[in-house]
Amino acid sequence: MIAPIAPPNALSVSNLDIWRGERCLCHGISFEVTSGEALHLLGANGAGKTTLIRVLTGLGRADGGKLRWRGQSLRESGAEYRASLAYLGHSSGVKLGLTPRENLMAAGALLAVPGATDAAAALARVGLAQQTDLPCSMLSMGQRRRAALARLLLVRVPVWFLDEPLTSLDRSGVGLLAGMLKEHLAVGGLAVFASHQPLGLEPFPVKTLLLGEAV
Amino acid sequence: MKPAALIQRDLLLAYRRRSELATPLIFFVMVTGLFPLALSPEPALLRTLAPGVVWVAALLAGLIGQESLFKSDYEDGSLEQLLLSPAPLEFVVLLRVFTHWLVTGLPLVILSPLMGLLLNYPAAAMWTLIMSLLLGTPILSFLGAVGAALTVGLRRSGMLLPVLILPLTVPVLIFGASTAARAASSEPTAAPLYFLGAMLVLAVTFAPYAIAGGLRVSLES
Repeated sequence: MIAPIAPPNALSVSNLDIWRGERCLCHGISFEVTSGEALHLLGANGAGKTTLIRVLTGLGRADGGKLRWRGQSLRESGAEYRASLAYLGHSSGVKLGLTPRENLMAAGALLAVPGATDAAAALARVGLAQQTDLPCSMLSMGQRRRAALARLLLVRVPVWFLDEPLTSLDRSGVGLLAGMLKEHLAVGGLAVFASHQPLGLEPFPVKTLLLGEAV
Repeated sequence: MKPAALIQRDLLLAYRRRSELATPLIFFVMVTGLFPLALSPEPALLRTLAPGVVWVAALLAGLIGQESLFKSDYEDGSLEQLLLSPAPLEFVVLLRVFTHWLVTGLPLVILSPLMGLLLNYPAAAMWTLIMSLLLGTPILSFLGAVGAALTVGLRRSGMLLPVLILPLTVPVLIFGASTAARAASSEPTAAPLYFLGAMLVLAVTFAPYAIAGGLRVSLES
C-alpha cells in the first residue's frame, strides 16, 4: 500500500549559524540525517529548537553555513524541496472554521501531486472517524492536533519536521505518532523533531542534538 | 495544486463568518449617509459631492476588511503551511486576493448605486460609477494586501495598515472619483476609465510578487 520513497534522501547541514537579534542561537552546527533516520532536537525552553526547525524548513533565515537536500542547496531545490517536506509547528495550521475533512482537502489543494491517501482513511487513522464533519472549533485541542497529524498521512513526503508534536496529545495519541513515525522511517523517510520526551522509535536510529549551553 | 479548491476553501471560510463581512458594508452605508446629515440635504450640493463621497467611503470600507486577509491564517499556522507548500506563492496570493475582493469589494460595488441615489447622483451616469468602482476596488484590494502581508506579523497592525496604504491609493481615488464626476456632468469618461484599467493590470501583474515577498519577510523570524 505504501510506496517506498526513492533514495538517496539526505538533509545535511554544515557550519550552521543562527542569530536572532544579538543572541547566537547556534554556532557551527553540522549534522546529516538520511533515509530511515530521525534527529531529536533537545534543549531547554528558549534554546532555539523551533528557530532551528524553521530554518531547516526554509521558513527562517540562517546567518551562515550550508543546508543541503539531496546534495543541492535549498535555493537550488526550491519548490522540489518544499514538495518533499511536511511541517507540523506549534500552531498546527488547522482552520477552526473548517471541518477536519475540509482542512485536509484544503491542504491537498496545495500539493504538487494529488493526495495519495484519501482524506477519510487519514482521518480514521488518527482517530477522527467520528468527527470528520464537525467544525474544528468544536474539537478539543488534542483532536485538533490529530487533525493536523492527518495532514502528514495525506501524501507521502520524505522529510517530516515536527515541532513539539506531543503537545496536547493523549497517551494513545503519543502511540499513534510513534507508530506513524516508525512507518515513515521504515519506508525510507527521515524526520527531525523537537521534543522534551523521547518518542520511543527503537529500533530506528535516532540521533540527538542538544541545543543551548552544551553546543 | 488545484486553484478551484483553493477558491472554494476561501469562500467556505468567508461563508462561515459571514456576519463579519457585513461590517464594512454597514460602514459604507453609514459613512455615505452621514454626509447629507452633516453638510446639507440640498440636492445640487449632494450631486457635486456624490462621486467623491462614494469613492472615499468605498476606499475606507475596503480597508476595514484588509487587515484580516492574512491575520487568521498567520495565527493558526495555515500561512506557514502555505509558504511551505510547493504551490507558487505568487499565484496562491493572487487567488486569495481575488476571492477576498469577491466577498468584500464586490458587495460594495453592488451597493454603490443605492448610495449614489441617496446622494442624488444622476441615474444616467450610474453605470459609469459602477464601472469605475469595478475597476478601482480590485486595485485597492491588491494594494491593501501588500500592506496586510507586510504587517501580518505585527501585534498592532490595525492602525499601521491604513497609514501605509492610504498614500498609495491616491491615484486610484483621483481617477476613480474623476470618472464618476465626469459622468455626472455628461463629459467623456473613457480616458480615466482606461487609466483605471491600466492600473488594475499593473496591480494584478506586480502586486502578487510584493505580497508574496512581504509574507516571506513577515514569517522569517
